[in-house]
Amino acid sequence: MSIMEIVVITLIKIVAILSVFLLSVAYSVYFERKIASWAQNRVGPNRVGWNGLLQPFADVFKLLLKEDIVPEASNKPLHTLAPFIALLVAFSTYAVIPFGPEVELFGYKINLVVADVNIGILYVLAFTSIAVYGITFAGWSSGSKYSLLGGIRSSAQMISYEVSMGFSVGGVILLAESLSPVKIVEAQHGWMWNAIIQPIGFITFLVSSFAETNRLPFDLPEAEPELVGGYHTEYSSMKFAGFFLAEYANMIISSALITTLYLGGWQNPLVDIFHIQGGWAVAMQVGAFMIKIALLLFFFIWVRWSLPRFRYDQLMNLGWKVMFPLALLNIIWVAVLIMVFKI
Amino acid sequence: MNAELILFIVFALLALFASVMMVTRKNPVLSAVFLILNFFALAGLYLLLNAQFIAVVQIIVYAGAIMVLFLFVLMLLNQRSEEKILNGKKNLKIFAIIVSALVVFQLAYIIFYSKPSAGLAPELQKSVQAGTVEQIGHQLYTNYVLPFEAAGFLLLAATVGALILAKKKFE
Repeated sequence: MSIMEIVVITLIKIVAILSVFLLSVAYSVYFERKIASWAQNRVGPNRVGWNGLLQPFADVFKLLLKEDIVPEASNKPLHTLAPFIALLVAFSTYAVIPFGPEVELFGYKINLVVADVNIGILYVLAFTSIAVYGITFAGWSSGSKYSLLGGIRSSAQMISYEVSMGFSVGGVILLAESLSPVKIVEAQHGWMWNAIIQPIGFITFLVSSFAETNRLPFDLPEAEPELVGGYHTEYSSMKFAGFFLAEYANMIISSALITTLYLGGWQNPLVDIFHIQGGWAVAMQVGAFMIKIALLLFFFIWVRWSLPRFRYDQLMNLGWKVMFPLALLNIIWVAVLIMVFKI
Repeated sequence: MNAELILFIVFALLALFASVMMVTRKNPVLSAVFLILNFFALAGLYLLLNAQFIAVVQIIVYAGAIMVLFLFVLMLLNQRSEEKILNGKKNLKIFAIIVSALVVFQLAYIIFYSKPSAGLAPELQKSVQAGTVEQIGHQLYTNYVLPFEAAGFLLLAATVGALILAKKKFE
């Protein structure tokens, strides 16, 4: 392939993924509201479009038309920059997550991932570790004590849970013998899913993702009974929408990551059982990837409307005294598996 | 001009701009923000040198962990305190200028009098190219296993020391 062809194919992949991603971010907000109302025995949005299906567009339109208020005490450049950082980080992580196997299309061999980087997992960890800046900057630059408390809580929480997150990924890397997400998915062929082989690592990673995305039961940075709105107290209009969308984008990214690392990515066991080949196999594999993400998203929302919020000291105790030792135990478990049982 | 040179100039200028802004800001939080920008520019420079692993580790460790802790402390501190320190002590400024001039001379000496890696023996060139994770891991666990373990032990001792100090304070 010439450089021009590579550039064009990559651009097509980026545009396709971005549009699907943006649409799913908008609709995950809709699903959150629908599932919330289902959990609370009410109807939920049902006015705009059939069963409220156009509600996300109405929401965005409303936020676009609202007045953008920047508080007098704020640091204006940082106050404006913060929601952009949050969105940028959320969107760039998706570049290394594979959503399907290698396919042949019009004579080209195309890998269904935007960038197959050999240090892909480290790239993801780097971006999740800087995701905190959007919230921290928002908290500090607003010049309000509630925002500041939200930002400080967020940075302490992210640092604590990043440790167990990184150590749980260690187990996956040990088994796949590679830092590339494409290789990690290939290593989970058939039913060799990491969630089955190393369930402890799966649980620690799952809990850490909840903490990293600031979702309930770990949504201390925006705990509304104590901090008004937390880090986004002083945000309005599209800047608020930026944080709002970034939260859902982060949820989708986390679901995609959990799928890639622990649930076999695009691997679909049915394809092997029924010996399906060609285009149908690829369609089933990409479909399996989407279904796994959708189920995890449902799990995120389900947990939010089922569990109460942790107290801050409980959150820290859980992070350092339970999750961190468990993640270490998982690495030892994987090492034993490799050395003794030669997986 | 090739793309690599253009990218080098962009990242180098960004790093310079960020570091100058970092030193000159009165507000410590803004200094930290520019330091983070500087770390990103440096990570870009590492990428240009084919050192992907160092680039990513730079972001994970410095920009992602250490600077978050810095910001955490800075945001809790009184923001005006630094202005007071600088206004009160003239000697401190002179001392700072002398120290930074010394560092600049040292760096300039290294840059002007050291040989570029291009003319070195092939084995040495190989060690310069070692930037991917596989190569670094292989080197760390074969040739440099003793320093690696020693550094690990040092970090463990530091962690235990920090724990003991923190515990004493609370009791």
